[in-house]
Amino acid sequence: MISVSIEGVSKRFRLPDQRFNSLKERVMHFGKVPYHEFWALKDIDLEIQEGTTTGLLGRNGSGKSTLLKCIAGILQPTNGQIVVKGRLASMLELGSGFHPDLSGRDNVYLNASLLGFTKKDIDIRFDSIVEFAELSEFIDSQVKHYSSGMYARLGFAVAVNVDPDILLVDEVLAVGDEAFQNKCMDRIKQFQAEGRTIILVTHGTDQVRQVCDYAAVLSKGNLVYKGDSLESIRSYRDILVNDANSEEAAHVAASTETTADTADKIPEDSEHSRLDLGNGKSSSALERYVEVTSVTFRNKMGEKINSIPSGESLSVEFGYNSKNINEDLFSVFSIYTVRGETVYQNYLRDELYSILALGEKGTIKFDIEQLPLLDGTFKVSLGLYDSQNRCVFLRDSLDSFSVTNPTKNTGFVNIIVKPVVEIDS
Amino acid sequence: MVVRTSSTRDQIRVVSAKKGLKATVAEIYSRRELLVFMVKKELSTKYRNSTMGFAWSMLNPAFMLAVWYFVFSYVMRNGIPDFVVYLMGGLVAWNFFAVSLQSASSAVIENAGLVNKVSFPREILALAKVGQAMVFFVLQLIVLALTMLIIQFTPNFSQLYLLVPAMIDMIVFTSALCILASALNVFYRDIQHFLEVLLFGWFFGAPIVYSFTGNLVSGLSRYHVLIFYLSDPMAVIVMTFDRVLYGKANVINNGTVVHVLPNYSTDWFLAVLGAVFLGSMLLLLIALKVFSKLEVNFAEEL
Repeated sequence: MISVSIEGVSKRFRLPDQRFNSLKERVMHFGKVPYHEFWALKDIDLEIQEGTTTGLLGRNGSGKSTLLKCIAGILQPTNGQIVVKGRLASMLELGSGFHPDLSGRDNVYLNASLLGFTKKDIDIRFDSIVEFAELSEFIDSQVKHYSSGMYARLGFAVAVNVDPDILLVDEVLAVGDEAFQNKCMDRIKQFQAEGRTIILVTHGTDQVRQVCDYAAVLSKGNLVYKGDSLESIRSYRDILVNDANSEEAAHVAASTETTADTADKIPEDSEHSRLDLGNGKSSSALERYVEVTSVTFRNKMGEKINSIPSGESLSVEFGYNSKNINEDLFSVFSIYTVRGETVYQNYLRDELYSILALGEKGTIKFDIEQLPLLDGTFKVSLGLYDSQNRCVFLRDSLDSFSVTNPTKNTGFVNIIVKPVVEIDS
Repeated sequence: MVVRTSSTRDQIRVVSAKKGLKATVAEIYSRRELLVFMVKKELSTKYRNSTMGFAWSMLNPAFMLAVWYFVFSYVMRNGIPDFVVYLMGGLVAWNFFAVSLQSASSAVIENAGLVNKVSFPREILALAKVGQAMVFFVLQLIVLALTMLIIQFTPNFSQLYLLVPAMIDMIVFTSALCILASALNVFYRDIQHFLEVLLFGWFFGAPIVYSFTGNLVSGLSRYHVLIFYLSDPMAVIVMTFDRVLYGKANVINNGTVVHVLPNYSTDWFLAVLGAVFLGSMLLLLIALKVFSKLEVNFAEEL
């Protein structure tokens, strides 16, 4: 059975260029307020089956929260409709509707009532709500005296204890201390076990992998992928990389000068001057010339790939043309995250990475045995430096590969851990 | 653990820009408990951090009453005997209307946080203000009854039932305007300031501090504007309140006969109250329709 059916939903926002809230201003502009239109959602079709957990993935501004608000009924779609079957509770903001001057008890009733539950429903569940929030001591004090953690706990406790058929969650699971977070996760898993439908907005891919059966990926208001959650993570990563690349391209076009922010990616002891952000054409010295013609990722069978399961071997091959290189060079191979954090970079003077001769044409290959990365998209860079530490060539973060994670572990790297319990007798 | 109530499983809700009037009304009705909670919230938070607390809800109208009483009994000398009862009868109805409308105009704006985060019929925000005013209205009626007991004034018990249609009219008419004002004020923040001025003038459109008799009626008739005066629902409602609570059309004061209330019959009152009811219902439907239409853009404006 379908729990939530989203049929051709579009949402248009009109963003006024200026705010005209008074009648005088409206009259002066003949009732027309200058605005520009912005489609936050474009013709979204999505069906969510009963009892499944669906993640909505996307960058900031992709429309995922707008979609969730439409499902919750807070926003009304401009076109299309959403059919919701069953009782729905939304956790868009924990404790929204809490009044600081009311006691915790009064707020539980008010909040649950806002979520659509009757006094009778709440009476039955009141004790379990208070117990879940761990607030039995303070339930009769005004919530303005609560800490933000207590506030959020009470909000979460209300939302999960009011027995919804469908639960909407918007990036609110990161509240409270770790123990409470675990409790929240447990409750969500219990919800899943009970066959309830959960829709979760997140940009944490870990969360998607851990809890979601399906996921939908939104980009700039379009639904770009729906289906299997692991596939969706890949699709989401593609968007991140594409966006990053186009931003970078725009950046390169805007300034051909050396930029300070990329300089820190170069080994510390090099005094290079870098003229080239990696389009692979020029170098610092006119007579010396290296050009990378291709970058290929291969698995252990030698097949070209773009994504590789964690733990397998990976080769990165840079095909090149070069001229007038008659000296030894040192290569620097780096792996970065999409956000630019260095995952790996070899030491510049490492003999292992020295290159004796390039010739006119060839490939430089970096073999990685048992890639320890867990998952994510990673960018590779290749730099070539001469003995005076001058940069001869740099191809910086243009090529990427992604790692899929067959395990349920999360993080950057897979560390082989063997838990052992020794009981003292 | 969690108790499942399977009866609600099959409920189907459609979110779309096109929502019918019937659906709107049904939705508001189904969430009437929320309305009660919202009224409770309004009442318990309004005077929370003031020393006098809830007493303010009575002090404010009491002070108003004292000022009007002093002005019209001693300064203007309108010569209405037991003027305090006459004044209170009209003032309770007027206060209900004015307080509701004034507070409801900003109801949606002051709850922007809720409107952006939780789904519920937003009309309830305006109706909660009406509900809050209703509580004050009842309290003021009690005070009026006590006053009558103290000064040994007998109201017109034989026509007491007229209060029922008058109060229904009052609630419907007030709710309609409150819903309309709360939605319009989101887009035109002038509304709440405009209402202050309007309510000040409107106050004199109903026979609260003067009596609707003699020169006034003949004057209105001569210029054929009596119908306009009587098409103000608040004028009719206040007149009904006075008819029931004050009750005496002609009072002998110091040997002279004072004409205080119009001599309209019970049937006349019922007919006019019926007309006001129809008009108010129509206004309420229009208000709900306008509200649904404007509601779509609340989130963007707030």
